[in-house]
Amino acid sequence: MAELMYWQGILRAHDEEMARDPLVFAMGEDIGVAGGTYKATSGLFAKYGEQRVVDTPISENSYTGIGVGAAMVGARPIVEIMSVNFAWLAMDQLMNNAAKIHYMSGGRIRCPFVMRVPGGTAHQLGAQHSARMEKVFMGISGLRVVTPATPRDAYGLLKSAVRSDDPVVIIEHESMYNLKGEVPDEEFFTPLEGVEIMRPGKDVSIFAYNISVHWALDAAKKLASEYGIDAEVIDLRALKPLDRAGIAASVRKTHHAIIVEEDEAPVGVGSEVMAIINEECFFDLDAAPVRVHALDIPIPYNHRLEKAAIPNAGDVIAAVRKMFGR
Amino acid sequence: MDATDQKRLLREMLFARRFEERCAEAYHERQIGGFLHLYPGEEACAIGVLEKAQTGSDYVVTGYRDHIHALKSGMDPKALMAELFGKEAGCSKGRGGSMHLFDPDVHFMGGYALVGGPFPLAAGFAKAIQLRGGQEISICFLGDGANNQGTFHETMNMASLWNLPVLFICENNLYGIGTAIERSTVEINQYKRVAPYGIEAAQCDGQDIDIVMTHAEKAVNYVREQRKPYFLELMTYRLRGHSMSDSGAYRSKEEVEEWAQRDPIGIYKRRLVEAGVVTEDEFHAMDKAVQDEIENEVVRYASECPEPRVEDVARYVYTEGGNNHG
Ligand SMILES: Cc1ncc(C[n+]2csc(CCOP(=O)(O)OP(=O)(O)O)c2C)c(N)n1
Ligand SMILES: [Mg+2]
Repeated sequence: MAELMYWQGILRAHDEEMARDPLVFAMGEDIGVAGGTYKATSGLFAKYGEQRVVDTPISENSYTGIGVGAAMVGARPIVEIMSVNFAWLAMDQLMNNAAKIHYMSGGRIRCPFVMRVPGGTAHQLGAQHSARMEKVFMGISGLRVVTPATPRDAYGLLKSAVRSDDPVVIIEHESMYNLKGEVPDEEFFTPLEGVEIMRPGKDVSIFAYNISVHWALDAAKKLASEYGIDAEVIDLRALKPLDRAGIAASVRKTHHAIIVEEDEAPVGVGSEVMAIINEECFFDLDAAPVRVHALDIPIPYNHRLEKAAIPNAGDVIAAVRKMFGR
Repeated sequence: MDATDQKRLLREMLFARRFEERCAEAYHERQIGGFLHLYPGEEACAIGVLEKAQTGSDYVVTGYRDHIHALKSGMDPKALMAELFGKEAGCSKGRGGSMHLFDPDVHFMGGYALVGGPFPLAAGFAKAIQLRGGQEISICFLGDGANNQGTFHETMNMASLWNLPVLFICENNLYGIGTAIERSTVEINQYKRVAPYGIEAAQCDGQDIDIVMTHAEKAVNYVREQRKPYFLELMTYRLRGHSMSDSGAYRSKEEVEEWAQRDPIGIYKRRLVEAGVVTEDEFHAMDKAVQDEIENEVVRYASECPEPRVEDVARYVYTEGGNNHG
């Protein structure tokens, strides 16, 4: 098993899928000659040429639409949007076409379209480069939305997304491209549905995804060693469709639930998971579920203000301690 | 073109006209719901252009005024009417409606409601054709109003930059709903708007099907042989309202009357009568036969076939097995 960085996992998935199927192609700004903003497509231009590693103009909506059109007639595009903030400009093609075409054609047209977006807050990029849009994507019927927390899943989710006949949005994270982790040497597919238990525990379920999985894991370590609380960390991983059964199973075991999200709380992952807990296993709860989340503000530039806006492992620990009165 | 084909074309335009008029009746009888955009006055555009394409193999896409493009692409009129009636036997299984007709079997890739939305899809079909090394072309029909969308400019740029085999047909009927073109657009000659993108373009009368076919043949051959985009603007006029609710307040009776004199069916019929290809009597018999066919075969079929089962309401959101791969 090799240790790869997150970006290397993504690159490997591209390379394997492009080598396997000549109709798999990548598009995006600066992905080709320049090698990709986060190196996730580096070397592919030289290997596969400009028809299959397409440097696009800065026209997010239309190159997304070109990917969607190509997908509708059998090609398998992997469209990279340079930063999730710019995906707002592609929402028409994503939401009105990619997400709906299979349904509104009565199942007659498939749209095996993949969009990769680096999301999240990095360091002092300001309000227009710090969006977290998972709540937007996961609110769209017909899309699949997945978020890798590890290099293994950065690789495995892209592999699965390319093979899926549904449109898939993969939300990566700007601060995680250099994260290291083990990735199996043999070909590997991460399922596009279902949660993954990252750390089993019996006292409290901490639901997280993408970067917040790491906050939750850090918090769980400290909760165990310093407070004697055995937390179960669940990587939601697939945000659409959410794994109702997987969420409920963990809550039934621990009877406590915390949801950690990098996004603001309103209309978000946390509110959705809470609703699922309510609907599936309300009477299994020993305490009211709690959300740990970003402030509901545009992300500020100043480093202290930015830090104050985004949650961290300390906030998770504080929330769990409060829940247990320890 | 020999007399048999001329008669066939006349019949196709007549069928299109009577089909749309019957749709209007069915709408008033509440058998058809939603938005309904009809094509009378513009028949020579879709029928003339697609007469010169390889329907069934070339990919065709358009907006919401899509019935006749679908028919001429090879869709069964029964499946079309059944769709308008919301039936399971409809071309989109009753999930699409008038604005969302699909028939991938004949490469009719759909009707879309968002003005300008299909531009990138059409370029995407062409991108897939290019990757496969196919000989098909992609044909995109949209109105004059669509050319004020960003997708128009973005797609023209990329289609030209990447030499995509896509033929853009602009059906310039001088209005976007109730706004006259000179009130929305600085350059009212639409074909001139693609010059900065290095795309060959022409403008011609869209009411005379012989003229349309002459230009369409040149355009189709250019795209097929040069593997590059082409833009053809057809000057036309819709004789009915924009949709079934239209005040008509934005244009004068005189103007409509003037264009009615240039009705494409009238023009073609007069020409064929003068040339001795059809007689007035034959034309009336043809009209009667067309109306009988629509009533006795098409409408009857659409009325009698069953609606979708309510249990199937959530079918087709995802493809079956969209989460399985590897
Ligand atoms: C993005 C978007 N904006 C507005 C509308 C509402 N709308 C529907 S048709 C139309 C006019 C379009 O005119 P044109 O492109 O010339 O086509 P025509 O109906 O004349 O054939 C408008 C504004 C829409 N459907 N989509
Ligand atoms: Mg118009």
